[in-house]
Amino acid sequence: MTTTVIEIFMIAILAGVVGSILGLGGGIIVTPALTLLFGVDINHAIGASIISVIATSSGSAVAYIRDRITNLRVGMFLEIATTVGAITGAFIGAWIAPQFLYFIFALLLLYSAYAMIKKSKQEVPENVPLHPVAQKLGLQGEYYDKALGKTVAYNVDRVYEGFGVMYGAGVISGLLGIGSGSFKVMAMDVFMKMPLKVSSATSNFMMGVTAAASAGIYLLRGDIIPVISAPVALGVLIGATVGSRLMQRMKSKTIRKLFIPVMVYVAFQMIYQGWRG
Amino acid sequence: MGDPNETTQNRSFEIETAISKMLRVGVMLAAAVIVIGLIQFLITGDSGYPGDTYPTNFGAIMSGLLALKSVAIIQTGLLLLILTPVFRVFISLFLFWAEKDYRYVVITAIVLIILILSFVLGKAG
Repeated sequence: MTTTVIEIFMIAILAGVVGSILGLGGGIIVTPALTLLFGVDINHAIGASIISVIATSSGSAVAYIRDRITNLRVGMFLEIATTVGAITGAFIGAWIAPQFLYFIFALLLLYSAYAMIKKSKQEVPENVPLHPVAQKLGLQGEYYDKALGKTVAYNVDRVYEGFGVMYGAGVISGLLGIGSGSFKVMAMDVFMKMPLKVSSATSNFMMGVTAAASAGIYLLRGDIIPVISAPVALGVLIGATVGSRLMQRMKSKTIRKLFIPVMVYVAFQMIYQGWRG
Repeated sequence: MGDPNETTQNRSFEIETAISKMLRVGVMLAAAVIVIGLIQFLITGDSGYPGDTYPTNFGAIMSGLLALKSVAIIQTGLLLLILTPVFRVFISLFLFWAEKDYRYVVITAIVLIILILSFVLGKAG
């Protein structure tokens, strides 16, 4: 038992580092690792990954918010969409077969990867118009980019589309227990045209709230196994603390390049798992 | 009044510092409780519950905690961790209020109500 706990702890540290840098919450590593390496069934793996998402979110937010990478206003506003979505997803989940979940998850990941490839040459967004709703809500902002050594000011575009994708992200989160971070990052990065680092940090920030909305339901259903979730929580917290410092010194282009292979790899793993049943 | 932009910037910075500190306290507290429960479980090998079972409602977790059952201690830590984002929303509400940013007080209140609703719905299901 102790060996298993330590192994899960080590994987969770990696999940925390990757999740906090990419804005993916860590569920993307925890869910497949638990099901494929430790033979944990999908519902319990999802329960543990919800814990991982909350740990990544709160763990990385300590640094991201202090260093003002996170856009609090965008985060708070879009959380309306993700929390409503998460409730929708958690209830649909009880009636959908696990195999089906794997396939949805995989397809969604592949689509996100494709959207990322199209933007691979861009460091920070330029000439973005300020959407009237964004102006009204004061969503635009700025952050100090440690890799570029300068302050980056940015506008926020297409608020309605971003809000819609965020609702979808919430549904996925409630369904699969992943923070569906790839979708949150996509909503902000692709649709609202915000800088990637801000999108990632804000995605991580929001994810905790989305996951907390479903965590209560999973806990009461008995899907959060304490002995598995404990090393996940601890490892991810350590990983997220390290990752949130590393990310600020990385180039956005590099972060974007890391996204694509991770998403494609996990997508194919999930298709395989769903195929096998 | 001075430059309104500058005022907003300064106040916004205070909000961020406050939320960051609050999250750090919440996260460290949760981690400490989980560590205690996990170490107790690994050393004694006793979860406090028959077989692989564990409590799945708030009351049972609390009574298990009072009886110092290792798994219930872990669950208390996990609950604290789950609550950090909820507390964060709650505190943001007061911070936006203090900043007299009523639009965001409303937005934050909506998020909080949805969160509470989801916990209630979870109990019903």
